[in-house]
Amino acid sequence: MMKSSTKETIAAYGFLLPNLIGFLLFTSLPVLASLALSFCSWDALSGPPVFVGLRNFVHLFQDPLFWKYSFNTIYMMLSIPLSMAGSLILAIALNQKLKGIVIFRTLYFLPTICSGVAIYMLWKLIYNPDFGTLNLMIAKIGDLFGLTLKGPYWLNDEAWAKPALIIMGVWQTVGGYNMILYLAALQGVPRDFYDAAEVDGANSWQKFWAVTWPQISPTTFFIGIMSIIGGFQAGFDPAYIMTGGGPNGSTTTLIYYLYNNAFNWQHMGYAAAIAWVLFVIVFIFTILQWRYYGRSVHYH
Amino acid sequence: MAIGLSLDQIKRRYRTKQILKKVFSYFFLTLGALTMVGPFLWMITTSLKEPGAVFSYQKDWWQEWIPMTFVWKNYAKAWVVVPFAKFYINSIVVSVAITLGQVATSAMAAYAFSRLYFPGRDKLFFAYLATMMVPGAVTMIPVFILLQKFGWIDSYKALILPAMFTAYGTFMLRQFFLTLPRDLEDAAKIDGCSYFGIFIRIILPLSKPALATLTTFTFMGSWMSFMWPLIVMNTHERFTLPIGLAYFQSLHGTDWTLLMAGSIMMILPILLVFMFNQRFFVEGIKLSGIKG
Repeated sequence: MMKSSTKETIAAYGFLLPNLIGFLLFTSLPVLASLALSFCSWDALSGPPVFVGLRNFVHLFQDPLFWKYSFNTIYMMLSIPLSMAGSLILAIALNQKLKGIVIFRTLYFLPTICSGVAIYMLWKLIYNPDFGTLNLMIAKIGDLFGLTLKGPYWLNDEAWAKPALIIMGVWQTVGGYNMILYLAALQGVPRDFYDAAEVDGANSWQKFWAVTWPQISPTTFFIGIMSIIGGFQAGFDPAYIMTGGGPNGSTTTLIYYLYNNAFNWQHMGYAAAIAWVLFVIVFIFTILQWRYYGRSVHYH
Repeated sequence: MAIGLSLDQIKRRYRTKQILKKVFSYFFLTLGALTMVGPFLWMITTSLKEPGAVFSYQKDWWQEWIPMTFVWKNYAKAWVVVPFAKFYINSIVVSVAITLGQVATSAMAAYAFSRLYFPGRDKLFFAYLATMMVPGAVTMIPVFILLQKFGWIDSYKALILPAMFTAYGTFMLRQFFLTLPRDLEDAAKIDGCSYFGIFIRIILPLSKPALATLTTFTFMGSWMSFMWPLIVMNTHERFTLPIGLAYFQSLHGTDWTLLMAGSIMMILPILLVFMFNQRFFVEGIKLSGIKG
């Protein structure tokens, strides 16, 4: 018995080895290294990192830009409730027995599949203040009512750049992952609950609030927390392509600030400190998530 | 509510209500679908216009959306103006390598975690799980420095290797392997089949849906990956499509017809992958969302 168990252990490590090496090299060690780096000052070019204690963190909390970009990051998360509400409404609509539902589902999924640089370029063109299709449409709608409507300057306007990115974000995510999760959750609500509510004379609106909403609340919680976790780390790709973080830093998020610090200004220690602040925030929300879902995530 | 109405009237009212509901649903869904598809339509239209005609006030609004001209040479031109063919090849090589590597190493590790016993297994698995919440931003800088030390910056290795090992893939496949029945394995063991034989001949064939899901997700993710290639690549000829396209934009920022043609060519393979694997994709979302 002992012999076969040793054999099993050796086999197990054999199977684990490739992944374990990668895991140690590209995840475990870097996590520790970045923690160490956050207490150092280093430009990555001259000499080794210099230990500076908590200086990076003290600077960070006194850095007005850090607070500005934190505000931007949280502001952009307005897209989360909007997108979630949209996903839920869509899921309810798509949960009916209608013909062509698969086609609709695929079409709504299109922006999610095609996310990335191509989409950001497309929206940059859409938001063009003079020739973009959005402002042309706004002007045309104005014409219909005999008004001269002029759309905002969108990405070129400090006040409108964030809302522009939020609108694009909602468009991109509303029919995607969250809608599919909601759809699955809706299909899991027992039919009897609705029957019971109908016997009590509930109308559709009442049925939604009395049956559907409480039944799918774990999914709402899950999506909400995951989106917040993602939201704190989001915003680099679209801002890099569409605005370069501007105008006047109005679309720079924390991750963009980290990128600039690390790879444009060579403030490696400072960037690592930003990364660890992000980590702490994400950690808090993950713990929240685990307290609800923990049981199923751990061992069976 | 039904007092004073005959059964027939109630039935008729019910049916009218159902029809109204359907009409409303279709109207609402179609409107939404148009919003989703509209920008893509515009993308196609723009890519087929004469470069000078992108920003002209058209006579009718629908001419903005439906291709009126078909300047196919925009597509050909996009290939000539930038090393598009090279970007394409780079993207294919990198995405395929990442996908194969990730699926293979994840499946092997998941087999060890779900089917074999060894000392410290649960602790190690917990360590894997715990790293799933570490933001990419935390490891980004040290990994960059590490690659610099190895002299791998600006090479395929820098793009492929760090992306090849994920806790997520291991976790997802482990969850799936746990649901497989053990009888077949036990029978194979009695027949003297090795662990590797069991893994190759029993576990993998039974896990095709989960493997397809991971493959789809990984391929699409690495095809679209932007930030990491931007950080580690310097030479234009070695760019992948996303950063290649961004570079194209910085050079020819105003040439929207070419940009849109390039964008469409970038999206096309992803659309194909999605169309063939749609079923797995949806299952994967449910798997990671509900069980995870």
